[in-house]
Amino acid sequence: MNDKILKKLEILTNSAKYDVSCASSGTNRSNSGKGIGNAAAWGICHSFTDDGRCVSLLKIMLSNHCIYDCAYCINRRSNDVERTSLSVKELTELTIGFYRRNYIEGLFLSSGVIKNPDYTMIRMVCVAKELRTLHRFNGYIHLKSIPGASMELIREAGLYADRLSVNMEIPTETNLKLLAPEKSYADILAPMRSIRTGILTSKEDRKKFRSAPKFVPAGQSTQLIIGASSDSDQQILNLASSLYKQQELKRVYYSGYIPVNTGDKRLPALTNPPLVRENRLYQSDWLLRFYGFGVDEIVSEKHPDLDLELDPKLSYALRNPHLFPIDINKADYEWILRVPGIGLKSARLIIMSRRYGRLNSRQLQKMGVVMKRARYFITCNELSSLTVNEMKPEYSRQLFVKKILSKKSKLPGQLSLFDHERVKMLR
Amino acid sequence: MKTGNSNTWIYDKTFEGLLSLVFDCYEIKQFPSKILGKTELQTSMFTADYEVISDEIKAKRVWKGLNKKISKLSCEMIYHVFLSEMEDIEILLLNYIRKIFDSPENIEYNFRNESVLKMLKINKKVKREAQRIIMFVRFQKTADDIYYASFEPKYNVLPLTTKHFKDRFADQKWIIYDMKRNYGFYYDLENMSEVTFTESLVDTSSGQIDKSIMAQSEEFFRELWKTYFDSACIKERINPRLHMQFMPKRFWKHLTEKQR
Repeated sequence: MNDKILKKLEILTNSAKYDVSCASSGTNRSNSGKGIGNAAAWGICHSFTDDGRCVSLLKIMLSNHCIYDCAYCINRRSNDVERTSLSVKELTELTIGFYRRNYIEGLFLSSGVIKNPDYTMIRMVCVAKELRTLHRFNGYIHLKSIPGASMELIREAGLYADRLSVNMEIPTETNLKLLAPEKSYADILAPMRSIRTGILTSKEDRKKFRSAPKFVPAGQSTQLIIGASSDSDQQILNLASSLYKQQELKRVYYSGYIPVNTGDKRLPALTNPPLVRENRLYQSDWLLRFYGFGVDEIVSEKHPDLDLELDPKLSYALRNPHLFPIDINKADYEWILRVPGIGLKSARLIIMSRRYGRLNSRQLQKMGVVMKRARYFITCNELSSLTVNEMKPEYSRQLFVKKILSKKSKLPGQLSLFDHERVKMLR
Repeated sequence: MKTGNSNTWIYDKTFEGLLSLVFDCYEIKQFPSKILGKTELQTSMFTADYEVISDEIKAKRVWKGLNKKISKLSCEMIYHVFLSEMEDIEILLLNYIRKIFDSPENIEYNFRNESVLKMLKINKKVKREAQRIIMFVRFQKTADDIYYASFEPKYNVLPLTTKHFKDRFADQKWIIYDMKRNYGFYYDLENMSEVTFTESLVDTSSGQIDKSIMAQSEEFFRELWKTYFDSACIKERINPRLHMQFMPKRFWKHLTEKQR
């Protein structure tokens, strides 16, 4: 390796960074004998960039040459950016060198489409294969499958990778056609289905023969770009929910569109990326996956877009005051989870502790319940104050918005991106 | 200083010593109001009323008793909380253990109780610190192929991380060193042993190993990593507050990507 690689690393990292996924969890690859590394089931972040995003994997492109011209992408054919590629050897050396120094959990490899999809995919598979077989690398590997690549190559990729992803990018097909005329939903869904089948088959096989090969053990994920097209939050969340249910995806990532290509009339003129909306979508995604909410409880025809001023659970509660207050000492777990200000951890502590006696508000606070919010939606021992039912809905909304705004003004842009899948640890 | 009912006990500041202390309490039916390490005593105003002698058999009996009463996870929690080295942590631990032994029902999940909840919270802090070592440790390769990393953890969590490093880096020699407590672990491809440096070639202000013992490729990899780290940031999303929340400043000293 020489100094040229520094420049390549810079260019190809810059090209890859807009892909938000960084998870390294959900797989359990142990170090068999004396190979390099293992993969921890809960995923590990090794650093955080100045934008507060977790760095878990060496997230890089094999090449930023691309034959496609997608409006939202920095690497599109018509852009005048510096182009370069890394060789298989350079990539494996980088990965191993970083891994041994505990910089990373593994590799997340994507690529622009060079020549044609198969030509590109072959090279990516080659990197994963060399890491696993030649270097006996047991760390995490995430490959982005190239739309249009042959099913055989995707199947081969799945034997080496922990996770495969196919990015949908644009939440509706009409808008995808508009922004990326060379792509279609069929090209995206076909590999997704094939990966799903591969995962299911491998799981069945492994029940019969423990030595049967693992196929994409950490499952597949996808990414949706938010705010590059006119799609509503209802359309986005319905799509996400069906991807979770029908394609059994592990994660859907939401990436607030960053105006990398100014001057394209098909794209909205944004001054700032829609970070608040992105955050609200992640919160809703959490409600879908861990809190037992349905999409139509979060958004509806009447409210197709998420409230940017209130988190989705709080706005659900304010839209449905008749369901509250919840009796902390009696209600089922599912209902306790629905109270604004109570999270997965505090809900579990409540359930465990109330067997020993009734809980009061002070104890709830100590357990981590945000009483400033929760108090309007619960009853517990000795707490009988104003609940959401005694207040006019307009007033209660004002109460929370005001609080949140005053907090916001102190913390500009304070958002949390749920990049890592820590929640898994709770289960 | 001896006042009224105060009863100060000293021990050797080991976990075995603390468990032996619990044993002695039940044996002589007395409970200390203050517990100090032998060396701590010298710098305090207290005088010792009783000295606990660490005893493996006593410690094992107490540990076995605990394992009968509460889950494995809660037993581990007792050890984690001990590693926090917080002031008067021994008294909290003693009270918790007494509650477990003396209560007819199992109280480990009764988070209505303040000391049970306090244990849970300290446990969380200690585990988080251990997790952060696993996240933020940066190995530097030496000329003789040993990967070295130093760290200054808030709590004494190094023992909680060694299994992880042993499993992961089974085919490389490594040393992970607590510069604050001046001890570490060395893995030589076969065994792991505790080590203490008397003189070292590590710069105490940056945790970096001296250039004279550095592997040839080391500086280049450092530069590669810094380049990667800087390039991966999306300028439009810069958020120093969030950055600091996830990666607090006290860790920066030993982080390659933060060394300028």
